[in-house]
Amino acid sequence: MTEFPAPGRGGETTYLEAIRQAMFEEMESDPRVFLIGEDVGAYGGAFKTSAGLIDKFGAERVIDTPISEIAIVGAAAGAALAGMRPIAEMQFIDFISCAYDQITNFVAKSRYRGNGGVPMVIRGPSGGGVRGGPFHSGNPEAYFFNTPGLKIVAPSTAYDAKGLLKAAIRDEDPVIYIEHKFLYRRIKEDLPSDDFIVPIGKAAIRREGKDLTIITFGAMTYVALEAAADLEAAGVSTEVIDMRSIKPFDEQTMLDSVAKTNRVIILYEAPFTGGVGAEFAARIAEKAFEYLDAPIRRVAALDTPVPYSPPLEDFYLPNKQKVLAAARELLAY
Amino acid sequence: MTEQTTAPSKDLGLSNDALHEMYYYLRLTRSLEERLVSLFRQTKVIGGVYRSLGQEGESVASAYALDFADGDIVSPLIRNMGSMLVAGAKPVEIFRQYMAKGNGPSRGRDLNIHFQDLERGFIGPISPLGEMIPVMAGIVLARRMQKRNSVGMVYIGDGGSSTGAFAEGVNFAAVQKLPLIIVLEDNGYAYSTPTSKQTAARTLADKAMAYGCYGDTIDGNDPIAVYGAARRAVDRARRGEGVTLLEVKTFRMKGHAEHDNQAYVPLEIIEEWRKKDPVEKFERDVVEAGVMTADDFAATQKRVKQELDEASDIAEQSPMPNPEEAQYGVYHDDGFWDRPATGEVAK
Repeated sequence: MTEFPAPGRGGETTYLEAIRQAMFEEMESDPRVFLIGEDVGAYGGAFKTSAGLIDKFGAERVIDTPISEIAIVGAAAGAALAGMRPIAEMQFIDFISCAYDQITNFVAKSRYRGNGGVPMVIRGPSGGGVRGGPFHSGNPEAYFFNTPGLKIVAPSTAYDAKGLLKAAIRDEDPVIYIEHKFLYRRIKEDLPSDDFIVPIGKAAIRREGKDLTIITFGAMTYVALEAAADLEAAGVSTEVIDMRSIKPFDEQTMLDSVAKTNRVIILYEAPFTGGVGAEFAARIAEKAFEYLDAPIRRVAALDTPVPYSPPLEDFYLPNKQKVLAAARELLAY
Repeated sequence: MTEQTTAPSKDLGLSNDALHEMYYYLRLTRSLEERLVSLFRQTKVIGGVYRSLGQEGESVASAYALDFADGDIVSPLIRNMGSMLVAGAKPVEIFRQYMAKGNGPSRGRDLNIHFQDLERGFIGPISPLGEMIPVMAGIVLARRMQKRNSVGMVYIGDGGSSTGAFAEGVNFAAVQKLPLIIVLEDNGYAYSTPTSKQTAARTLADKAMAYGCYGDTIDGNDPIAVYGAARRAVDRARRGEGVTLLEVKTFRMKGHAEHDNQAYVPLEIIEEWRKKDPVEKFERDVVEAGVMTADDFAATQKRVKQELDEASDIAEQSPMPNPEEAQYGVYHDDGFWDRPATGEVAK
């Protein structure tokens, strides 16, 4: 087995490496933090997000498990109740459904029932665009969005990947951390070497504008920015809001932007119907109706499973053209 | 709890004090449930009452083998209230919880024995069966990381042993060689479904072979035998020898809950098991061993009655929760659980 060097601290960092740095640094500074999942130890994780961690922290804190998502989440939950800070990895976030009961009935309800808080992170790679097919491309945030007791975050940058993971590990409540596998090695940025967190519940304005707002998160942030660049060339000033946290979400930043631009597109990668963007739309309709000069538009994936073949998946996913089409409609309204 | 403060009885393997104490818990369990039924009939208990009549012996005796002062943990199911009492849960907490009071352990959010105190050494169940097995594996895993040699004991029935959570939890615990005992209660029926329709296995303990852990089957209506088997499993776990599936053969003498008259159970089976009542079996054994007398039994029952009178009075007088509390305590940030409960004053 190849020896993996310990991760750097900041510097030029990919999204994937940011996740590895966050886990490494938190495990180094807090003996309560440990990682549990399939192939996370000796192999270093299916995508190498935990490469080298076992060399530094040993098999007791980097635990390779049987293929048992219920046991992974359940054992992490028990350990959290007993004073630890577990990170439970789903090899692909699609498999989180195997642990659905444990998450929604035990983990999420524990504090409310007076059973004590369950400070743990459940993280794993999500998303399409990598030809993963129906079982390795999912965006499961909506399955958990309607479950009080959980928090959900979905970073789009290396900075946020690191800062949100650290915030999630330090949080007193359970956090589902959805990392987009399309971004793992495609983006990198210079990160500070100092310890930092990105607070859960705060959106980031990725681009300021005055004519149109695109509200999005995760890998779709880049689709929104590409569309915004095209719109700029056509003389339309577009604001792009990266929600970063889905539960709780930053309603104020969203409403302030709509009050300024009066037109809004909500862009998400999951299927259209019942996606978290539907809740964003409902909030805007309830609280900023009078500011709107056009209907709220959602751009999302088709209401189908994620197909495998490239022409099918490309048709399925939201993209720049679909965003631009929605923008043209709103601007002409 | 298991400390031998008096000379052990040669026959029974437990000190006289321990046997007196076990008898107290047997009676406390049975009488507390009888009291809950009467409160239920007076509509003072809001939800259902799930009796453990006939199963009190195995619940009390298995948990009695743990050392709660030293960090052991028990996780009962609804018919194992006895084990939770042995771990230190108080009747007043149980009454308040069943009566949905604002100062009960869950402040009116949850029912039954669904509450925990890891300091005392118990964690109540959630209703989806099997989920507590991986959770308990995680608790003892954490204790091992914290360099504490705590043993966990978690109960599951013939019905619950059919779940995926059971399979994943036992398998993970066995692979990790965790100090965990799974008490497999075969009480004949899961609601209306007989054990023969849950599993094709000859016994529930046979499943141990597949997981590579210890398996043992014991008469669940013989409390002293259950204690002995549980004690062996606990000792093994504490020595680092891993998981035991301890099957206890018993019978559910009431329906699934008070509303269920269990007409689906042949009367002759109930009659047969009535003769094997675990409390009466224990009484015969301790009389035969010369450890307790009829007077001791009467004194214990009197003590139990007094304690339950007092606890149920306190619970009945306890306030219901303020309705607006419903919105708090989902997340840490609102500080709900740091504030005093309804009717309680700040510490």
